[in-house]
Amino acid sequence: MISFFNVSKVYPNGVKALQGVSLQIEQGEFVFIVGPSGAGKSTLIKLIFREEMPTKGQIYINGRSILRMRRRDVPHLRRQIGMVFQDFRLLPDRTIYENVAFAMQVVGARRSEIKKRVPEVLKMVGLANRMDNYPPQLSGGEQQRTAIARALVNKPSTIIADEPTGNLDINTSWDIMECFQKINDDGTTVIIATHAKEIVDSMRQRVIALENGKIVRDENRGVYENALT
Amino acid sequence: MYMKMLLLRQAYYIFQEVGRSLKRNSLLNFAAVGTTAISLFVLGVGMLLVINTNEIAKTIESDIEIMVYMRHDLAEEDAIALEPVIGRISGVKETTFIPRDEALKSLVKRLGDELDESVGEQNPLPDAIKVEISDPHEVNTIAAEIEDLPGVESVRYGGQDFVKKLFSLTNWVRIIGLLLITLLGLCGIFLIATTTRLTIFARRREINIMKYVGATDWFVRWPFLLEGIILGFFGALLAVGVLYFSYGALIAKIQETITFLPLVNSTLVLLRIFQGLLAVGVVMGAVGSTISVRRYLRV
Repeated sequence: MISFFNVSKVYPNGVKALQGVSLQIEQGEFVFIVGPSGAGKSTLIKLIFREEMPTKGQIYINGRSILRMRRRDVPHLRRQIGMVFQDFRLLPDRTIYENVAFAMQVVGARRSEIKKRVPEVLKMVGLANRMDNYPPQLSGGEQQRTAIARALVNKPSTIIADEPTGNLDINTSWDIMECFQKINDDGTTVIIATHAKEIVDSMRQRVIALENGKIVRDENRGVYENALT
Repeated sequence: MYMKMLLLRQAYYIFQEVGRSLKRNSLLNFAAVGTTAISLFVLGVGMLLVINTNEIAKTIESDIEIMVYMRHDLAEEDAIALEPVIGRISGVKETTFIPRDEALKSLVKRLGDELDESVGEQNPLPDAIKVEISDPHEVNTIAAEIEDLPGVESVRYGGQDFVKKLFSLTNWVRIIGLLLITLLGLCGIFLIATTTRLTIFARRREINIMKYVGATDWFVRWPFLLEGIILGFFGALLAVGVLYFSYGALIAKIQETITFLPLVNSTLVLLRIFQGLLAVGVVMGAVGSTISVRRYLRV
């Protein structure tokens, strides 16, 4: 569960990225975060991930305060959260299998565990037959699915994606969203910051809309734009 | 137990990464190892030089003695009577009376029979007293005091000036060596830091991903620290190797020609110097990589 209480973030250069944001995301929810560029979506994600600290307010992730967290506990917080980016962030000189296995090596997983888990996750995102290829040999959609597999491999409670379909065409975007839906069906919380109006509109999930650092709308089974605005 | 297993598995990964990056920056690695080796070699040469000059100075100092020659017209009893007087001077350790007959005998023994014939029945040598002193630095004052005693013709002592020169030489070796070592040491550290920085730069994507999948700070840092330590260690190893063989060869050469020179050749002393150099190399590597890790690795 993720809770924000009256959270504000002002960057050192004076930009007020978030102002008095309060929200609650339960375990197992599927949430879209929408809004124009510069509305504060990325800052919201960075705060959940504790890449940035709030200027004001309190944030709890799975019952633990981000503010009171010691520095050495931060990696353990991050292991509960899988991150997916617009630019995939894969290592081009390692195979698909190695890219996913990397995330498990970093947290010190057993080799036998890695050998078992990596093919399992790759199968789940539909890349079982691409394990030995390198990222540049894959299409954008396949690369993004590799990144999703990597985010998922350590069994996080939450997957956060920042513009995951920003670099993909519409058909591929749908594949990716289906992939997220499947992950969510297994009980993982999914939070997606996106501009993909069509997808948000047709998936009818919870939508949190940000504008100028404030939540202007938060509705279940929502759409990208409110008819009134 | 679990922690141990975890560390082992992570250690495997870390060593793999170190191997990868050592292969990647081979030219810079070579420069870093080379500079470290040169600086440690100079350090080693300096240490050996200082140790050896100290040893030589000590040997010469322990040999310092004052020869006191009596006036020729002084009777032997009066000369013998002077011995306890000299013995009471502070700083004098031991005195030996050498009667002129004995001095002549030993001279004849050294130079052979020709002397005996040319000198005939006359003995040109005076009675003498050999004085050993406890502190070589006081030799001047003690000698002057003895010279003032009635019946003393002259005093003679050697080695003092040489020891003085040797010590001032050792001091210069120390100062110049220290400057050189500091300069070269800083170069070595700088090059190791640069190597580490390049490795960090080459691996910035991985580091970024590591952060996102929840790697601990130390897990990210270790490969870089280890790389620096390995570079420093190999630099020191190179220095020790060159030093060992060249010093051995030098010692053999010197002792062939100047047999009496007391050079340090004990394995224990050399081993301690080499251990010290290796330790310094490792520390240099750790310091160099830490500088870069702290400056360029925002985890």
